[in-house]
Amino acid sequence: MSTRLASGGRFLDRSNKIRFTFDGVSMSAHPGDTLASALLANDRLLVGRSFKYHRPRGVVASGAEEPNALVGLGTGPRFEPNQRATTTELFDGLTAESQNRWPSLDRDLGAVNAALSRFLPAGFYYKTFLWPRAFWKHLYEPFIRRAAGLGKAPHPESRDSDTYEHFHAHVDVLVVGGGVAGLMAAKVAAASGAQVLLIEQTAHWGGRAPVDGGTIDGLAPEAWVAQTLSELDALPNLRRVARCMGAAVQDHGYVLGYERLTDHAPGSIGPRHRLWRIRAKQIITATGAIERPLSFAGNDVPGVMLASAMRDYVVNYGVTPGQRAVLVTNNDDAYRTALVLHEAGVEVVRVLDARPMGGGKLMEMVREKGIRVDPGRAIAKVSGGKRVATVHSCLADGEGNVLEDIPCDTVAMSGGWSPVVHLWSHCGGKLRWDDGAAFFRPDPERAPTGFDGQPMVIPAGAANGDMTLRNVLEDAVKSGENAALKVGREVVRIVAPLGEEAAEAALMPLWIVPTKATPDLRMKAFLDYQNDVKVSDLQLAAREGYESVEHAKRYTTLGMATDQGKLSNINGLAVLSDALDEAIPQVGTTTFRPPYTPVSFGAITGEARGELFQPLRRTPMDAWHDANGAQWEPVGHWRRPYCYRRPGETTEMAVNREILATRQSLGLLDASTLGKIVVKGPDAGKFLDMLYTNMMSTLPIGKCRYGLMCSENGFLIDDGVVVRLAADTWLCHTTTGGADHIHAHMEDWLQCEWFDWRVYTANVTEQYAQVAVVGPEARKLLEKLGGMDVSKEALPFMTFAEGTLGGFPARVHRISFSGELSYEVAVPAHMGRAFWGKLLELGAEWDVTPYGTEALHVMRAEKGFIMIGDETDGTVIPQDLNLGWAISKKKEDFLGKRAQERLHMADPRRWKLVGLETSDGGVLPTGALAVAPGKNANGQRNTQGRVTSSYFSPTLGRGIAMALVLDGPQRMGEELTFTTDDYDPADEAKTTLTAKIVSPVFYDPEGARNDV
Amino acid sequence: MLILTCPCCGIDAAEIELAPGGEAHLKRFGPGSGDAEFENYLFNRHAAKGPVLERWRHAYGCGKWFLAARDSVTMEVYGTYSARLPEPPEDVLARIRARHPGWEVPA
Amino acid sequence: MSETIQEPVSPLMGAVAEGALTVRELGPTGMISLRGELSDPAFAGPVTALAGCPMPDTWTVSGTGARALLWMSPDELLMLLPYGEAREAAPRLQAELDGQGLHALVQDVSDMRVRLQLQGPHMREALARLSPADVSPGAFRPGSLRRTRIAQAAAAIRLVSEEEAEVFCFRSVADYAFRLLGGAARNAPDFGYF
Repeated sequence: MSTRLASGGRFLDRSNKIRFTFDGVSMSAHPGDTLASALLANDRLLVGRSFKYHRPRGVVASGAEEPNALVGLGTGPRFEPNQRATTTELFDGLTAESQNRWPSLDRDLGAVNAALSRFLPAGFYYKTFLWPRAFWKHLYEPFIRRAAGLGKAPHPESRDSDTYEHFHAHVDVLVVGGGVAGLMAAKVAAASGAQVLLIEQTAHWGGRAPVDGGTIDGLAPEAWVAQTLSELDALPNLRRVARCMGAAVQDHGYVLGYERLTDHAPGSIGPRHRLWRIRAKQIITATGAIERPLSFAGNDVPGVMLASAMRDYVVNYGVTPGQRAVLVTNNDDAYRTALVLHEAGVEVVRVLDARPMGGGKLMEMVREKGIRVDPGRAIAKVSGGKRVATVHSCLADGEGNVLEDIPCDTVAMSGGWSPVVHLWSHCGGKLRWDDGAAFFRPDPERAPTGFDGQPMVIPAGAANGDMTLRNVLEDAVKSGENAALKVGREVVRIVAPLGEEAAEAALMPLWIVPTKATPDLRMKAFLDYQNDVKVSDLQLAAREGYESVEHAKRYTTLGMATDQGKLSNINGLAVLSDALDEAIPQVGTTTFRPPYTPVSFGAITGEARGELFQPLRRTPMDAWHDANGAQWEPVGHWRRPYCYRRPGETTEMAVNREILATRQSLGLLDASTLGKIVVKGPDAGKFLDMLYTNMMSTLPIGKCRYGLMCSENGFLIDDGVVVRLAADTWLCHTTTGGADHIHAHMEDWLQCEWFDWRVYTANVTEQYAQVAVVGPEARKLLEKLGGMDVSKEALPFMTFAEGTLGGFPARVHRISFSGELSYEVAVPAHMGRAFWGKLLELGAEWDVTPYGTEALHVMRAEKGFIMIGDETDGTVIPQDLNLGWAISKKKEDFLGKRAQERLHMADPRRWKLVGLETSDGGVLPTGALAVAPGKNANGQRNTQGRVTSSYFSPTLGRGIAMALVLDGPQRMGEELTFTTDDYDPADEAKTTLTAKIVSPVFYDPEGARNDV
Repeated sequence: MLILTCPCCGIDAAEIELAPGGEAHLKRFGPGSGDAEFENYLFNRHAAKGPVLERWRHAYGCGKWFLAARDSVTMEVYGTYSARLPEPPEDVLARIRARHPGWEVPA
Repeated sequence: MSETIQEPVSPLMGAVAEGALTVRELGPTGMISLRGELSDPAFAGPVTALAGCPMPDTWTVSGTGARALLWMSPDELLMLLPYGEAREAAPRLQAELDGQGLHALVQDVSDMRVRLQLQGPHMREALARLSPADVSPGAFRPGSLRRTRIAQAAAAIRLVSEEEAEVFCFRSVADYAFRLLGGAARNAPDFGYF
């Protein structure tokens, strides 16, 4: 059985006990345990079901590479699926649940898939669910939906109760990995004076060395690590962060680090995760190596584990997954596990060493302990359902004929080691195949390069393919020196500490176990545990022509999802290359994609949630709107009142009230969001003539003019009133959404094309609070404020004046977007709220009514004024909107002029703006299409127009609309048929509306109301 | 994520402080130009694999436009320079040609 | 009606968030945006005379206290001065420069930005949570200015001393910026990186 040993466990605090639950069962453990070690201590071998076949699975690894032991952690707002038990630090009260099982982990109905596995080969979904079509809805899709996905998503209504943050760090050298290589490289780089950041994904420093043994400068690795850490902590130019994974290496030395601050102590103060956004001049990847599984039948039965992981559990956590162990290996390292197990009192029944002559010194040490080693042997098959029962041994180089049945309850396997090259590869680092060691290692000739075209990543230690302690330390020193040199520091020589350990005999590559395994064995030999990809699947893919490794990966799903090739990669490639009869380096690897292991959404989001999800732009009067029933509408990042609802009012009632009050008496609009750009200089007039379609240089001082702006390809991009402030100074009003990009557009042309023109611009949008005072009583209100002459004579339509209005410094524009007598008054933003209050106070006698954007829209539509974004959609030119009057014929050039001469732009059949009146007074849906006879090439109904704006007009008591219609202006009075939202071509009678083409100016076409 | 040195203010700006502006060194064609040259100006871009000349604005900084010579495959930055220059300066050209012998500014 | 000029009210009305880091809205400040040829003595003369401090170098601030010049761009400065002075000082300066035939733009922008003060030992950490700019002591020294972004909003950061910075953002995002900075300080008050 899997159990806690009587002693050992260097991470444990044996004097304390903590409790946790797994699938509702309460269990006991010690501080320092991971969830995986705690489950093993409680004899919980079976921890999950596989993705496709729902096979029983146990813990295979001891770190980030774990493919099986994925669990749901926490409850309610802290529930999170797919957490690796091997990297989950246990705390008192932790709750975990297993995944991919129903109704329970021990009795899972989906396991029927496993019985059908013969019929679920690679590409099964692509092949099987093609036919018959009718089966899709009721059979295939529900089946796939139930089977698909790993774990379950948190409840959609739950909200994460933790906080997260980002942190930007700029360093000379980033060292990823806190094993002995990382520590040494960081020490050397820091000795040169470089700013160094060292990050380690686990809570512990020193990596594998304390488990694997040997000595460093005569010290036990653990002692050397402790000594080195205290040296590092004395350096002012080095920072080290534990529980921080190097997630991704990206362009120009941008690295993401994922720090987990409180996962091991939930509910404590501070952010749960911190996403480090690091800019490093040089990156040292000291990311170590990962042991490879061996591909024998039954290599996924719970109790089969990587030899190094088993060693970790014994040494670090005082836990053994069994009492009678069999080891199977093709290299010497696994013997270390045999020694550790023996030392801990676990019976090592047998070591099956695939190499004909067995191993070296380590093997001798194992034999000296009385442990039987069988060279040239391997595993034909492991039997046992939810727990290892028997190992059936065979000749390593045979077909799998069983030589001996070995009863046991756990199996340690070692297929050799692969450097962790993920971070090296993320940004384009290439690999080379090391034939002797049988792994891919970073190719120093093809490193990922940075902004200067020079290498920016330096691999160190095992990650660089140096597998002995001595070489690891020497390589780490070299890497640290190299990094220091590249960031422009003078290298301070530090002699590499001497690593000493038992010499190892050579590994023998072994990709399929046994090498000539029969098909039924290959169908039970897993390459990718997480995605249930077997040796037979890769071979099938090769037979079916998926020769490219990237194709085979997608066809079989090998190395996808969170695995990212950690365990599956090399074995899978080797099997594929064998099936293709090509060398492994010719087949190549798949792409290692970031993140190295999954990063929480919370960490990615950082502070950007809730009120900080996006910047919310508020006008100076925002607080008043909010307190007075504003129903908000987002406009760009601004929020503007759509209308102000009074108690008992619907939105429609409020909008209609606001419109009628404004037209009959007095309305106020917060127009502060309109863009305001000052343009000044000797060439400002010439510049504005290029920018606007009409002439702005001739605008007299003190006057206002409506202008249109087009992009260089002729389309209308913005409109607004331009004001001539002085001989060389204009003020350009833009749309609310346009202020920033029109300012950028102006600067673009001024800086890049006409840089010799003498013009300065300033975006002063936010300097002013602007209020539209609108309605027949508007003038009376301004006169009551006093201080400026706003009479018809002093301030006629389309003029402006500056002065002090009721104590407020003001610029008063007599312009109208509603057709009513109207003044737009700009005051300093810091006085905007007070000005608004003053207008409300003094306007009470005329029942002054604040109105929102919807009333604004309806009133402008009643007057036939266009709105950028409604009548325009990026394909509309001013001519389409009958705005030809605003396009200068005199100017030789303006932005968009040449484009508007293009054939398609000058086409008389372009749809043109008209007004529409529905036959029954109803309201057309915005976007409704006018149908035309016949069908187009795609069999769709032909169209001849489109509704761009549509409203109920309370002024007219009926629906009004604006539309772009083929030959529209020539078809006044004609009735068209428009689609409704539930348009059905088979039943047009019931799903269309008719409307008559009319002038778009519905209200006061003579403009009498404004001419007062 | 790129870093480009703004030649106008000297800041090493992160990509999120910059706004991209497409291909550099376009020659503007206005009224009176032929259909082909106007279309070429408006629509045809090189989108090269290798050295590219681009417009960038230091939008979250000094607000100035500048030009950058960058490799679209390796992300190497050959240099940044004033938006007023009609073509890349000699030192930038030399760095491009060190990697791509004989490279010429695309017509 | 009353002829006294209305009192200005800054967007956050002097709000303060106390904690390991104190975030304080500094209230109305006179600000004048200046565009011109910075190296031209004819431009610099009247500007420095009004500001009472010399022209700033690239990405620095000259002057302290109530009057200062912030280098915003190769052809742009932001002058800080008492709020009450800016409205009349700006057109006067514009007229003076115009009178010399200089091409320059002077705008009173006193109401356009919010000025947030950060004080506390971990002020740099708070900034580094939000800004991609290098705010380490080696790269960002007292007297420096950097225009960048804090989270999703444009910002100018002025380092006053080792324990004090000012962040200028547009007025409309004052609330967003205040919450950002307050939150950045509150989330992990003990985290010391620099």
